[in-house]
Amino acid sequence: MTLSALRVAIIVFPGSNCDRDMMVAIEQLTSRRPALVWHKEASLDAADLVIIPGGFSFGDYLRCGALAGRSPIMNAVLDHAARGGAVMGICNGFQILTETGMVPGVLIRNAGLKFSCRNVGLRPCETLASPFTAGLDLGEDLTIPIAHNEGNYFADADELDRIEGNGQVAFRYAASDAGGPVNPNGASRDIAGVLSSNGRVLGMMPHPERAMSKLHGGTDGAKFLLKSLEALVS
Amino acid sequence: MQAIVNISLKEGVLDPQGRAISHSLNDLGFSEVGDVRVGKQILLEIDETDPARLRQRVARMCETLLSNTVIEDYSIDIPDEQ
Repeated sequence: MTLSALRVAIIVFPGSNCDRDMMVAIEQLTSRRPALVWHKEASLDAADLVIIPGGFSFGDYLRCGALAGRSPIMNAVLDHAARGGAVMGICNGFQILTETGMVPGVLIRNAGLKFSCRNVGLRPCETLASPFTAGLDLGEDLTIPIAHNEGNYFADADELDRIEGNGQVAFRYAASDAGGPVNPNGASRDIAGVLSSNGRVLGMMPHPERAMSKLHGGTDGAKFLLKSLEALVS
Repeated sequence: MQAIVNISLKEGVLDPQGRAISHSLNDLGFSEVGDVRVGKQILLEIDETDPARLRQRVARMCETLLSNTVIEDYSIDIPDEQ
């Protein structure tokens, strides 16, 4: 399969605001426009990758991602994942994935109580087999922006030990040229991204679709997305 | 019937909001204030007359949507039950 054959679906909720940015980013890399799928849809056309984009779905009411996680389309996304389909959730998408239990843990209020919007260093970790980490170099940190108020990754100590032992930690925050504290939000063990137990679902706080060109201030988002897409077609 | 759901953070879960409130109260002269935890209360008006059935349904609502049991505990109060 070639990149242009890759079928990507992006789920859109009321309050999603990175859906179009992600569509443009994926199209830039694959030359094929992803499908935007409204959350009221009950089914999903066959897809090689489903992306839950960033934003403030349902105004973050109740808990970030809680209402979106119970939207009609999520049953179809859960079925897709249960069949081994690939799913990537960015920022609010990560919060939604934790609310559905597709990835472990939960994202709570930033420890500093401030919305955090800046570039962060991102260290790829040694993981179980996953299309999202297969092409990444362990020694090569990425610089990708974050923009969130609830990115403080939490799980109890036993759960953290378990996911670390399973190789489910995809990324940790790392020092970067961008400066600032290494850990921008108080996340347990500096965790910035986690995988499901089968490696096919990734949730991460940083926004790769916002680091796609020099005009964005960096291209590491494009590098990460391209490696993931290439792993999915190989 | 009305059901009142109280949701609180589990012990051991950091509550940055509670910590900020504690600091502010201390700054305002309420120096006796130590740990502060913030929860939420959800009032539900439900078309149901049997308190036992109501409690069971509301517990399911808590497990399904109203609380995230990874970090939160919930309790259900039914004022008309007494």
